[in-house]
Amino acid sequence: MEFGYPVLTTLIVFPLLAAAGLFFIKSPQVTRAYTMGASILELILAIPLFTFKHNAEWQFVERAHWVPQWGLEYHLAVDGISYLMVMLTLAILPLCVMCSWTYISKRVKEFHFCLLFMTAACVGVFAALDFVLFYVFWEAMLIPMYLLIAVWGGDQRRYASLKFFLYTLAGSTLLLAAIVAFRITGGTFSIPELMQFPFTFQFQFWTFLAMALAFAIKVPMFPFHTWLPAAHVQAPSAGSVILAAVLLKMGTYGFLRFCLPLTPAASEYFAPLMIAISIASILYGGAIALGQEDIKKLVAYSSVGHMGFVTLGIFLFNQRGVEGALFQMLNHGIITGALFMMIGCVYERSHSRQIVDNMGLGKYLPAFMGFWGLYALASLGFPGTNGFVGEMLVFTGAFQKSYIVGAFLVPGALLGAAYMFRVSLKMAWGQPSSAKTWPDLNTREWAYLLIPAAFVFYIGLAPGFFFKLIDPSVEKLVGDFKQRNTVEQKVTAEAVPAAVAAVVVPAEPVNN
Amino acid sequence: MVFNPIQIVPELYQLLLILALFFQSLGDGSDTPPAERWLPFFAGFGIFVCIVSWGAEGLLFGGAYKIDALSQFIKLAISAGFYVTVLNASRQPSLEERKRPDYFMFLALSAWGLMILSSAVELITIYLALEISSYSLYAVIPLRNTGGLGDKRAAEAGIKYILFGAVATALALYGFSYILASQHTSYISQLALRTWTWEGAPMAVVGLSLFLGGMFYKLALFPFHFWCPDVYQGASNETAGFVATLPKLGAVVVLVRLATLLKPGLEITTLLAVLGAASMTYGNLCALAQKDLKRLLGFSSVAHAGYIMVGLVSGTAMGLSAAVFYALAYLVMNLLCFWVISRVASDGRNLQLDDLNGLYKRAPALAFALGVGAFALVGLPPTIGFMGKFFLITSAWDHGYNWLVITLVVNSAIAIYYYLGLVRHAYTHEAGEDVPTPDNSAFSICGATLLAALVLVLGMVPGRVFDFAIMAGKQLLP
Repeated sequence: MEFGYPVLTTLIVFPLLAAAGLFFIKSPQVTRAYTMGASILELILAIPLFTFKHNAEWQFVERAHWVPQWGLEYHLAVDGISYLMVMLTLAILPLCVMCSWTYISKRVKEFHFCLLFMTAACVGVFAALDFVLFYVFWEAMLIPMYLLIAVWGGDQRRYASLKFFLYTLAGSTLLLAAIVAFRITGGTFSIPELMQFPFTFQFQFWTFLAMALAFAIKVPMFPFHTWLPAAHVQAPSAGSVILAAVLLKMGTYGFLRFCLPLTPAASEYFAPLMIAISIASILYGGAIALGQEDIKKLVAYSSVGHMGFVTLGIFLFNQRGVEGALFQMLNHGIITGALFMMIGCVYERSHSRQIVDNMGLGKYLPAFMGFWGLYALASLGFPGTNGFVGEMLVFTGAFQKSYIVGAFLVPGALLGAAYMFRVSLKMAWGQPSSAKTWPDLNTREWAYLLIPAAFVFYIGLAPGFFFKLIDPSVEKLVGDFKQRNTVEQKVTAEAVPAAVAAVVVPAEPVNN
Repeated sequence: MVFNPIQIVPELYQLLLILALFFQSLGDGSDTPPAERWLPFFAGFGIFVCIVSWGAEGLLFGGAYKIDALSQFIKLAISAGFYVTVLNASRQPSLEERKRPDYFMFLALSAWGLMILSSAVELITIYLALEISSYSLYAVIPLRNTGGLGDKRAAEAGIKYILFGAVATALALYGFSYILASQHTSYISQLALRTWTWEGAPMAVVGLSLFLGGMFYKLALFPFHFWCPDVYQGASNETAGFVATLPKLGAVVVLVRLATLLKPGLEITTLLAVLGAASMTYGNLCALAQKDLKRLLGFSSVAHAGYIMVGLVSGTAMGLSAAVFYALAYLVMNLLCFWVISRVASDGRNLQLDDLNGLYKRAPALAFALGVGAFALVGLPPTIGFMGKFFLITSAWDHGYNWLVITLVVNSAIAIYYYLGLVRHAYTHEAGEDVPTPDNSAFSICGATLLAALVLVLGMVPGRVFDFAIMAGKQLLP
């Protein structure tokens, strides 16, 4: 299909050009309007993406040599999985601009520069099909995020931003080693080609660990999650929104795109561990969220729990589980993004994120509390909202897998209801009310809260469209996984006795 | 073999510059234009001269001097680096006007020695070229007028550099005698045919190790690195900018030539790998604690010397190309960082990390350039630092030193802390009292922007430059 321009490249390059254009603008107000316009234009440029065909093929493929000496290619394409993520990224940008309209008052130009740069890198991450290209975008996105936290963050922004950077970079350095190992063993950096290559179990074992570390830190999964609350609490609203809606998804996207297709046998081998960690994330995140006094921290810990549902769904290796994971990724992006915007909203009024300083809003800010209630219900998976669809699917997948795994999820879901009700009740009816003089939502706030609300109901009530979108890709993913996984086991079953006989394990991939 | 002067035009041109500077330094400077006025133009023309002699090939001076793709590549890089350092030093605040011709003469002489080094394929020639480039630096380092504050750091740095250099070169010469006694030749092409195992030729292995020590000293590889942070700190910013960049290139080219002897699995190759690992780890850990910007960059260069070893021990043409490419990347990144440092410290002081506070406000362009340089040194995409590191580990993977590759990537994670410190101070801290006034002239901003653009562009489309590096590598190890 031809649109007269390379769609994905345009989506990556346009924000960068727009960001460069910011340097010619002086006034902060014009900067905001300009970025708003650019983000809407970016959405318009993405219109051709709606011709996405509902099958498992790579679409909107762009392929060119990049560094031919090393076989690096500029290779972009989307399938059902990445399509959803690209759309999410693009949709989040205008919301971010709107929710920082008055929130950000210093260095406005640089702030919007970071937002645009960030969007370009995120689209790149989800669209890249060359391993190195993926890595380039993956790392490039750290810099604007670091600056978003470090420059526009709260009191402890330096600590939080540094922690964020160190954690994520430390994780991804080993990913780089794994990428190189894939190239040397598989002979290419092209991800679709690597997906066909039979790697030995030994090789998969080590590369899975290297990749999983990077992705688990990004998600973040239970023992590696400590950077998240710090980063979320200190980041400005827009930073938190991007962090929750897009960045965390990169980790789970990595599991789906790389771990399952490239190292199926190792994924299977480590699945019990990953499931255990996921459950730990769900329970731990929920339990900690229950005790928070800071609303933003509470939502941050709830993210840990929600992302636990995603990783759990992925490592169930069944259709429902992976579908549930994808829905949960999308939903978490929408709901948590919206919750962070609401926290930004109320912070502009109370200048505090403590629950005690934001109580009794129900009477004075009915619109605000209405939206909050909606998102809180969606967050805990109330039927009729999108949160329900995702959680339901993961539940189904989990019970298909084993009753024990399913049984562990029940308290997780209950915890979600508990912490969300606790904070929402206090915010709505808590005494004494601190909101007597606060104005309710203005038009701009209405605008950026209505858009996610529409999606909450749309996905909650009629998720069919999204099923059609992701199902072919998920089927292919799960099908390939099952098939390649059994092949792998045969190969390793034959290879192991030979290796034992030779005493030395030949060609061990990582450990030299 | 017929001697054809056309082949060594870059060297001759550089010699001409040296002579001109020498004659100017004889006078009292009243009737000649100041050196910093005319030299940049002629140094810039030197780049052009190198481009003209790009495709030259040949073996001169009884086989001791080889003009090939590698040497021309490095000569071009050296002349470009020389141009930048001369520009950088042209506004040096801590140097008296009458000393400038001498100062530039020594810089040019050192660059000349490095050019010869890049073509030398015989151990004695290598040794001589190394000495030419070192001796002139011995004279340059103490040339720092710190404003009569009784600061003896520059002299101390000079002495340290001389003493350390003397010992290292003496060791190299001693090692050379062993090599000659054991292998009966000093030509690298001949040496490459001999055995270098410990069983086969223990004496030669010891000799080569010692000889390599001389190069490691130039490169500041652990354990020959002790001079590095002290000298950077003691020398003026502009001098440090030279010492930190060009001599490393010279050392790398010799190591790349000698690496043709080093097959993976040999004892000496493993020794190199271990030194590389030690160097990167030690350098990065020490840099974590530094407050002085130049000391920090000094330890960072110790770490980078370790990174280059990764390419050298792989024993493949790709590995050597990657090492050459990384040396180039290192050159560009450090030129950028030192350019910014020299411009920020417009009064010639030693910058502390706190002096960078609030730089984004005082000099947005310089702060941005520093950010680019710092992220490039970490090895973050899309910069040349990432590409260089990526090529290094790709070429070295599965050649027997995977642990070294893992050490490298883990080290990048350690290094991020202190490089990020530069960005953190420049962008998130507010300026305190007594911060230096950065030079915001068009000259300063243009230089920073061009170098930063080079770092970014070569990071995004390195293909063309890498072709040359590969050409150079393939000639050495077909």
